[in-house]
Amino acid sequence: MPPLTEHIVLRDLDVPNIGDQEVYIQNGGYEALRIALKEKTPADVMTMVKDAGLRGRGGAGFPAGVKWGFLPKGVYPRYLLCNCDESEPGTFNNHQIVDRNPHQLIEGIILAAYAIECHTAFIYVRGEFAHAARTLQRAVDQAYEKGFLGKDILGSGFELDIIVHRGAGAYICGEETALMESLEGKIGQPRLKPPFPAVAGLYGKPTIINNVETLTNVPMIVRKGVEWYRTFGTERSPGTKVFSLSGHVNRPGNYEVPFGTPLRELIEADYYGGGMRNGNQVKIVVPGGASAAWLTAAQLDVTMDYEALAAAGTMLGSGGVIVLDETVSAVEVAYKMDEFFKHESCGKCTPCREGTHFLVKVLHRLNHGGGRQGDIPILHDVYNQMAGNCFCLLGESAVVPIRSALKLFPHEFEEAIARATAGANGANGKHAIALVTH
Amino acid sequence: MSLREKHGAEIDAIVGKYAQKRSAVLALLYIAQDEYGYLTDAGVREVAEILEMPPTDVFEVAGFYSLLYEQPVGKWVLQVCDDVPCCFSGAEELITALEDTLGIKVDQTTADGMFTLQRVKCLADCNRAPLMQANLEYYRDLTPDRIDGVLDELRTRAASGEKLSISGRFAER
Ligand SMILES: Cc1cc2nc3c(=O)[nH]c(=O)nc-3n(C[C@H](O)[C@H](O)[C@H](O)COP(=O)(O)O)c2cc1C
Ligand code: SF4
Ligand code: FES
Repeated sequence: MPPLTEHIVLRDLDVPNIGDQEVYIQNGGYEALRIALKEKTPADVMTMVKDAGLRGRGGAGFPAGVKWGFLPKGVYPRYLLCNCDESEPGTFNNHQIVDRNPHQLIEGIILAAYAIECHTAFIYVRGEFAHAARTLQRAVDQAYEKGFLGKDILGSGFELDIIVHRGAGAYICGEETALMESLEGKIGQPRLKPPFPAVAGLYGKPTIINNVETLTNVPMIVRKGVEWYRTFGTERSPGTKVFSLSGHVNRPGNYEVPFGTPLRELIEADYYGGGMRNGNQVKIVVPGGASAAWLTAAQLDVTMDYEALAAAGTMLGSGGVIVLDETVSAVEVAYKMDEFFKHESCGKCTPCREGTHFLVKVLHRLNHGGGRQGDIPILHDVYNQMAGNCFCLLGESAVVPIRSALKLFPHEFEEAIARATAGANGANGKHAIALVTH
Repeated sequence: MSLREKHGAEIDAIVGKYAQKRSAVLALLYIAQDEYGYLTDAGVREVAEILEMPPTDVFEVAGFYSLLYEQPVGKWVLQVCDDVPCCFSGAEELITALEDTLGIKVDQTTADGMFTLQRVKCLADCNRAPLMQANLEYYRDLTPDRIDGVLDELRTRAASGEKLSISGRFAER
């Protein structure tokens, strides 16, 4: 497939300075909002998003319009939350959107709020995005000045406030119920579901939460129509996806491609990843952030859509595609990834809190020349005790890297142990990685 | 002077945005740690009082989030991403070079109180590895040969009397 000539989301690539409100407006910006407020009922907008088949880009791929339809009838107020906590390792597409095309996100939020009849929306921005939070606040202020926000938007009687809210460093706050806890001024620990957010979310009120990229699609669907939108992607994964390509490719970066693009093309095409650095080989591909099961060089013909990646035993997840070459060892990659989950475990439940701690302890010694006979069965035992027993998906995700590594590269674990028990000294990984103790 | 006396207008504007006061807790803790250099006991209690929250709740929040500092930190908090993929794209070399140049280890502060060095998880700019944030401003493609220049720039800014924010509250360079 040739690269897109027109982007749906990364329109900053088509239109220089689209981050300026004037430029955004000159290029069709806020037209969708005018159309919706003048010609469409909230239900019409919801139906369009449903018919377009827009799926949530935050990880689960749940159809956005269907989710909006779960709100209980007649219960107000309702809240809309835009999830900009983007902290999944290898994922940086939301970051580019809010930095360079913030007005399209804001228009998407207004349209979604109109569709679900909500009058207060929050953008929860991870604390590290201090700059992006300022960019968003400026864009929100400008939207108020032009009458796109506030009371009686464009004379329609519809009103909406958007509040830009900064987090303060915690991956778990990207999980929807932890995000709500955090917004309520508490520590970010997930809530028991049900009740689901659509019934009882922020402040106990019906709440819809969507990812930045999901909402950024909405103006283009409303402005250009369902039929146009569905010319991109596949029947069940319509539209485009912004993949964040990182690691050992020649051209790491965000690439917006139609769903269904082959992974091989994403890595190798001149206009995407441009192949592997130094002509090296692909060893490990993590196709959807650290929570996604690993693929190997033998699986590059998989297409990048929800169905094909699930059939390949992994998931599209956050769209963070990490490509690693033969210079890395599977043992060290598993170690680093599980160290991430250990670091970010919120501590609420034992399988995750203790399990990640234990996995990292064993993986650390394997990586530093201290592997012991029996470590491999211990690792299997620990992740098996975690799987299915964690309170939220973070703990379940921590199972994925170690299980992938042991399944795909068992000999590397055996070699690490053999080297250590043979009296080898020092690190057996290629990189010296210090144990992080907090 | 108390936070209230010094930042009353800003605090009122923040608290006024929310249906429930305590939603402002992170924003107020950011102000407190900028004011006192880190989250002092008294600073946390002031925030609790302003928001009419039990102090234990605010201490719990302060302990949970990685960008809230309960120990003194330098004027600049340097946070290097050591996550996958950065750690396989030069992050370890960058950390070592920073440790050598600053003469401290990770989680320490230089004797002059200028820099604190930390490892952090993915900063969502992985295509620009290796990278770090200094008071939440990005320094991307930060190969070790650029370190001296960047540290000089940060020292100069601190010396110029620029108001710095470890919480990333002000406009940056
Ligand atoms: C540990 C964890 C972290 C998450 N982090 C994010 C995140 O940073 N951004 C995001 O949009 N969704 C994240 N999610 C998914 C959200 O819970 C939620 O499903 C999503 O925001 C819904 O939006 P969508 O339907 O538009 O995808 C995370 C989930 C888990 C379990
Ligand atoms: S699985 Fe981990 S992150 Fe999720 S609730 Fe349990 S301890 Fe917290
Ligand atoms: S891993 Fe370093 S920015 Fe993502």
